[in-house]
Amino acid sequence: MDYSEKYEVVIGLEVHAQLATESKLFCGDATSFGAAPNTHISPITMGHPGTLPKTNKKAVAYAIKMGMACNCEIEKENYFARKNYFYPDLPKGYQVSQHTTPICKGGYVTIKTAAGARNVQLNRIHLEEDAGKSIHDINPDFTCLDYNRAGVPLIEIVTEPDLFSADEAYQYVTEVRKLVRWIGVCDGNMEEGSLRCDANVSIRLKGETKLGTKVEVKNLNSIRNVKKAIEFEIQRMIALVESGGKVQQQTRSFDASDDTTFAIREKEEANDYRYFAEPDLSPFSLSDELLNDIKNSMPTLPAALLQQYIAEYGLNEYDATQLCLEKETADYFSSLVSHTSNYKAAANWMNGPLRQYMNEHKLSFDSFALAPEKLAGLLKLVEEGQLNFSIASSRILPVMIETGKDAATIATELNLLQVSDSNELETWVNGVIEKMPDKVAEYKKGKKGLIGLFVGEVKKVSKGKADPKLVTSLLEEKLK
Amino acid sequence: MFRFSSIKDYHNALLNGQTTCVETVHYYVSQIKTAAHLNAYIEVFEQDAIARATELDNARKQNGMQGKLHGVVVGLKDVICYKGKTLTASSKILAGFTSLFNATVVDKLLAEGAIIIGRQNCDEFAMGSSNENSAYGPVLNHADNTRVPGGSSGGSAVAVQADLCMISLGSDTGGSVRQPADFCGIVGLKPTYGRISRYGLIAYASSFDQIGIFATNTEDVAIALEVISGADEFDSTVSNQPAPVCDFTEETGKKYKLAYFKEALEHPGLDPEIKAATEAFIKTLTAAGHDVQAVDFELLDYIIPTYYILTTAEASSNLSRYDGVKYGHRSSKPYEDLADFYKNNRSEGFGDEVKRRIMLGTFVLSAGYYDAYYTKAQRVRNMLRRKTQVVFNQFDAIISPTVPSPAFKISEKSNDPIEMYLADIYTVFANLVGIPGISLPLFKHSTGMPFGMQVMTSEMNEVPLLRLSKRLMQMAGLE
Repeated sequence: MDYSEKYEVVIGLEVHAQLATESKLFCGDATSFGAAPNTHISPITMGHPGTLPKTNKKAVAYAIKMGMACNCEIEKENYFARKNYFYPDLPKGYQVSQHTTPICKGGYVTIKTAAGARNVQLNRIHLEEDAGKSIHDINPDFTCLDYNRAGVPLIEIVTEPDLFSADEAYQYVTEVRKLVRWIGVCDGNMEEGSLRCDANVSIRLKGETKLGTKVEVKNLNSIRNVKKAIEFEIQRMIALVESGGKVQQQTRSFDASDDTTFAIREKEEANDYRYFAEPDLSPFSLSDELLNDIKNSMPTLPAALLQQYIAEYGLNEYDATQLCLEKETADYFSSLVSHTSNYKAAANWMNGPLRQYMNEHKLSFDSFALAPEKLAGLLKLVEEGQLNFSIASSRILPVMIETGKDAATIATELNLLQVSDSNELETWVNGVIEKMPDKVAEYKKGKKGLIGLFVGEVKKVSKGKADPKLVTSLLEEKLK
Repeated sequence: MFRFSSIKDYHNALLNGQTTCVETVHYYVSQIKTAAHLNAYIEVFEQDAIARATELDNARKQNGMQGKLHGVVVGLKDVICYKGKTLTASSKILAGFTSLFNATVVDKLLAEGAIIIGRQNCDEFAMGSSNENSAYGPVLNHADNTRVPGGSSGGSAVAVQADLCMISLGSDTGGSVRQPADFCGIVGLKPTYGRISRYGLIAYASSFDQIGIFATNTEDVAIALEVISGADEFDSTVSNQPAPVCDFTEETGKKYKLAYFKEALEHPGLDPEIKAATEAFIKTLTAAGHDVQAVDFELLDYIIPTYYILTTAEASSNLSRYDGVKYGHRSSKPYEDLADFYKNNRSEGFGDEVKRRIMLGTFVLSAGYYDAYYTKAQRVRNMLRRKTQVVFNQFDAIISPTVPSPAFKISEKSNDPIEMYLADIYTVFANLVGIPGISLPLFKHSTGMPFGMQVMTSEMNEVPLLRLSKRLMQMAGLE
């Protein structure tokens, strides 16, 4: 039975993004992923007696960037707060975070839904340090602790309960990942844990204004899992309520092996984090100058760029959207159109042959060696009729990418340039006319559509080298 | 035979060839051994100190003096990190812990040629006013071995008092330098909050803690302060202002405007002799042409509760890192779960006073009590800051007794924490508002014990404070 008419789903998401700074939030230790355990752990990371934190300004700037990308209000008077709790992977016994003054307040992220674009309201974005990693499955008798991650800067992006389906949650996380990558503050890699998501899910009867009891689902390490976990939770909650049960406030974890969730904490423990202002760090003010500098350093965001591509370059929405999926793609396109004014062709080339080649060869634009001006050179040859599109895309482009040579050189070397020499064309045209006397007679009787057949035949004979425009006019003249 | 009086005289003796750094270190090592019963030192770095003294003697012969503290023998309270050396805060929970780095002050001392002779006993995690809360046992007052030296930097005070080093560095969160200086009859300075980097100082209460200096005279305090002050990229709460350089020849004839708090001198807990001596000194000052005025200070009764709420709150968090997971004491008792494991480690590792303050601090930060205690205390602290500003708009300095009583007997107050906390009534003020304070050993009590007077100036005004202090010492015939 479909209960979607009866119940409404309300979801709030907390996305943790590890900032792509080289060093940690409060000390100089490296943040790189995948290092041998406990190799990026200075006395400061380990909370040795006598150590003090020192704020990484770049991390602050990155948090502000994300706030600007999400249309947040930036808090100018900031301080860090201590969130106190004991856990072995938390070296100091408290996490330095932000409490009453998150660095970014409000804001929204625009997502596409079936009903059109919609702004998902954010509550806040705040800056905090990550904890270390507890590894329970290496040794049955011990928990292993890796403190490399302890102190890595995070931003926590918290939405209002403003998502209403698993699909919307999927769209939202996709959009957030695109944004963090676009502005370069996080690599967005969910598998490595640089982007992590917790979902607060509740259901209520349609028309009800009060929020239902929420369940927090943790451990969602892919966008697919965000969707699957929420879908499972919705079904579980509805089944529970329909059978006369009540949703319990719980923390649950997602099991990707069968797309289900299971309770890890039956009842929300009464955590009292005893927040207070971190006395080892002075409060810090953000100057207008700093905020302006950061604003000026922001790239054009995908939504704005998409509109620009449509308005300035006359692209259709589909083509523009494809080009704005990743910043590297958009950057390549922007560079390409500075070398050609045939914008439509440029978009077609990028979304067509180039993307196909890159998919086949598992390449991406951030490490793509073919200079945009070289690609523009190829486009020019096609535009001028010196190469036909299929030869250019299937035979020239791969060689260009592999050798870095320019299009004209390759075309000449492979003898692929279209022939516009009238003597040679005349020989091919005359040959075709002689070979097809019946068709010529039909044409002369008025079956003008046959011109295409003749042109095709010339193309065949010339192995694609004959310029079709010249061939057409030559044929028309000869068959008058 | 070598006899220390001041860094200046010592340096002259070195330059004249009357002594050497090596000879001096030997002298102090033997002094410390002779005075072992005082329990001032937890560890003496004898070999290191002799090696360094040898280097300094050689360097001096070739290139002259190696800095403002060339060969000056310094002791460190066992809350200051010295690379490669054990660091315990006099706590069992850090037994066997070795610091991997130097505190910024240690780097600065060494850069100016100081010799670090050892680490000094103190109250556990700098919590206490008698130096009875130490895993290494109590420190005895050299003037009367049945009496406490004060705390928490008791070992550091006694080391200077008993000539076991030239200067000591302690830490002062609510009086832990000035109060033992008072009890031991020496000079003890707590600089402005943020004057000296706290990097490498074990935290008790971060927004109150400040490294302080013990010496026999004000000029030595000034030299040490100049060396260890200043900006530090590892401490974001330290001031960027240049280190204070004190020229004692300026302003010698200045007439000061001094305030004292009426409520302080009228406090029922104040020893009558101390009250009388302070009042008599005020008369002497007035007679000498200084303008000394009583100022109302109706907040006096609030400062001890405010101080203990805020410092214990910070301490409860600062001491969370001592959990037995990464370093320090780990219980050998079996445990059921993680909470058990923590409880075992921390119950065995911490002493009673530390536990008392962790519990108090956890309580005042708890949901439901937070606003009634922590938030309110923050408001009192802000009121105190404003009030202080008003006083310093009109006066050069505030004077008061340092402690309401002279050094008390060992065990006399150890069962009454509230009475013990009241010993800090005059000193916590400077930490609450962040101003510098100094205790000057101007007086002697009928018990035979010394006691002092405290002088405080506004933030970052250590130079005027030290100049005034020297004048007061001279008036008392001490310098």
